[in-house]
Amino acid sequence: MTTTSDPTATSVGTAGVDVKRGAADEIPTGPIWLLKDSWTEATRHLRAMPRNPELLIFATIQPIMFVVLFVYVFGASVDVPIDYKQYVVPGIFCQTVLFNSAFTGVGVADDLSKGIIDRLRSLPMYQGGVLVGRTLSDAVRNVLTFAVMFAVAYAVGFRVEGTIWQAFLATALMFFFSYAFSWIQAWIGLSVGSVEAANSAGFLWMFPLTFVSSAFVDVNNMPSWLQPFARNNPFTILTNACRNLYNGVPAGSDGWLALAWAAGIAIVFAVIAIRKFSRSTSA
Amino acid sequence: MDPHPGNDSGPAVLAQGLVKRFGDNTALDDVDFVVERAKVVGLLGPNGAGKTTAVRVFTTLIRPDSGRAFIDGIDVWQEPMRAKARIGLTGQYAAVDEKLTAAENLEHIGRLYHLSKATARERGRELLDRFDLSDAADRLVKEYSGGMRRRLDIAMSLIARPSVLFLDEPTTGLDPRSRQGVWELIEELVAGGTTTLLTTQYLDEAERLADEIVVIDHGRVIARGTSEELKQQVGGDRLEVTLADGTDIGQVSGALSPMACGPIVRGGSDDDGHASRTVIVPVLDIDGAIPAAVRQLDAAGVTFADIAPRSSTLDDVFFALTGRPADTDGHVDEPAETQGAASR
Repeated sequence: MTTTSDPTATSVGTAGVDVKRGAADEIPTGPIWLLKDSWTEATRHLRAMPRNPELLIFATIQPIMFVVLFVYVFGASVDVPIDYKQYVVPGIFCQTVLFNSAFTGVGVADDLSKGIIDRLRSLPMYQGGVLVGRTLSDAVRNVLTFAVMFAVAYAVGFRVEGTIWQAFLATALMFFFSYAFSWIQAWIGLSVGSVEAANSAGFLWMFPLTFVSSAFVDVNNMPSWLQPFARNNPFTILTNACRNLYNGVPAGSDGWLALAWAAGIAIVFAVIAIRKFSRSTSA
Repeated sequence: MDPHPGNDSGPAVLAQGLVKRFGDNTALDDVDFVVERAKVVGLLGPNGAGKTTAVRVFTTLIRPDSGRAFIDGIDVWQEPMRAKARIGLTGQYAAVDEKLTAAENLEHIGRLYHLSKATARERGRELLDRFDLSDAADRLVKEYSGGMRRRLDIAMSLIARPSVLFLDEPTTGLDPRSRQGVWELIEELVAGGTTTLLTTQYLDEAERLADEIVVIDHGRVIARGTSEELKQQVGGDRLEVTLADGTDIGQVSGALSPMACGPIVRGGSDDDGHASRTVIVPVLDIDGAIPAAVRQLDAAGVTFADIAPRSSTLDDVFFALTGRPADTDGHVDEPAETQGAASR
């Protein structure tokens, strides 16, 4: 039992430890608190990350398999305009980074089902901070996965043909795209409410999205009825932009278009996910 | 000085005409109650009565359709941030992050109440000490037992020294020993002056912890008062007849129904959850009732093990108010009230 003597504090019924009013009366105002609350939430997840290495390992194994399988199994038979390694590896990068956004939905659903979101919503913090912190910390995990995948791709012979600057731009673009998708996933996680459902609902639609695209094969070889979708698929646009940049070709309009898609998705889904959050209660 | 003064002289918690509907289901139907400072009020009712909804209105999780909710005179839905700074919530689930240690969980919540890192840590240590978790402070919470999680959960809701603590079914799902531990903890907090709104479906819990009980059923307040006052409301005296082996309740009811002034019911199950061997007979006047009952049973040839006068319990109160027994069967984990967001 400590009694911090502070003569200016208001004495009210309290939690019994002592009768000093908590500093919690400091009501957050302004965007600085949004950042602070988001960062506090992000540290919750970042602290836990090294304690769950299996999550990182699983997130890494699939992309490694994809790189190896696609390069060696399909490499000789797929008809694309450039060397298949140089063609498919940027596609696998984009797909993997995008798939990892599903972790956001799973994490949010886990917090919701355990009542953690109930508690967070009862705290005097910015509501959006919970989701901003979650999406940002998931992006950190995504970077780690990407680093491993990049090393494996290098080992099988993939090379950055463009400048460092172009490679950086390509990588930043796919990460921004994935960040936008993690807001879709946050919304899905809040909507379905269970980890299992978030897992399937989060991944399922990303398979057609990423495979009916230019990531693995030339769109011109697809059935004609599928081509319009494959060509206009935002994932095709992203992949084309990144592939060009890694291979030293200017991204052109694809780069801007991919950026616009990502910004649009991020804004729309951040708004609806945060609105959903501010009405979510456990079961 | 308190930069955002509320009305610290009025009641700590005030509910005025709260109404909340979920589709056809009215979870709160014009609910009023007051929690005075440094008191414990127990919202008592069966699953689905609306207790959790009431707590969620006060903790800003659910917006009421009408009515107002005040914490320290602050309208919760007018100034949610100010109200939230003054409350602590322990919900139905132990809302702890399993991937963090207990000390980290406490610090984290403290930081979200905008305590400084040093203050959050210091208070976290105090609470761990006080809640007998110091030895496990640096263990990951996923290794904790259910009782330890619940203790940590309550500690987390106290980190900012809230003016009002909300405890939503704090012992649901706990084994009897952990339940006892949580009760002792709450009694200690109450003795220290923590204003508490507690929800429970257990009569013994309400009787033990609450200064005042508000009985809720189908979203309506059907009675309120201290447990003694509630028992007086029911009135009358009772005989408790313990059945002999081989005697059934029907024989006893048949023999004693002429002298009963109300329905004859089976006593509540015992602590181990075995079906009761006792029968409760309400009588107008306890004087002479025992000899009369013995004569009646003898005349009918019904054997019994024991017969004794018995004062009213909250069970009787609940039965008298709702026409059905309260849920007292062994404190099993029954999250029926928590099924489906749509139902609340």
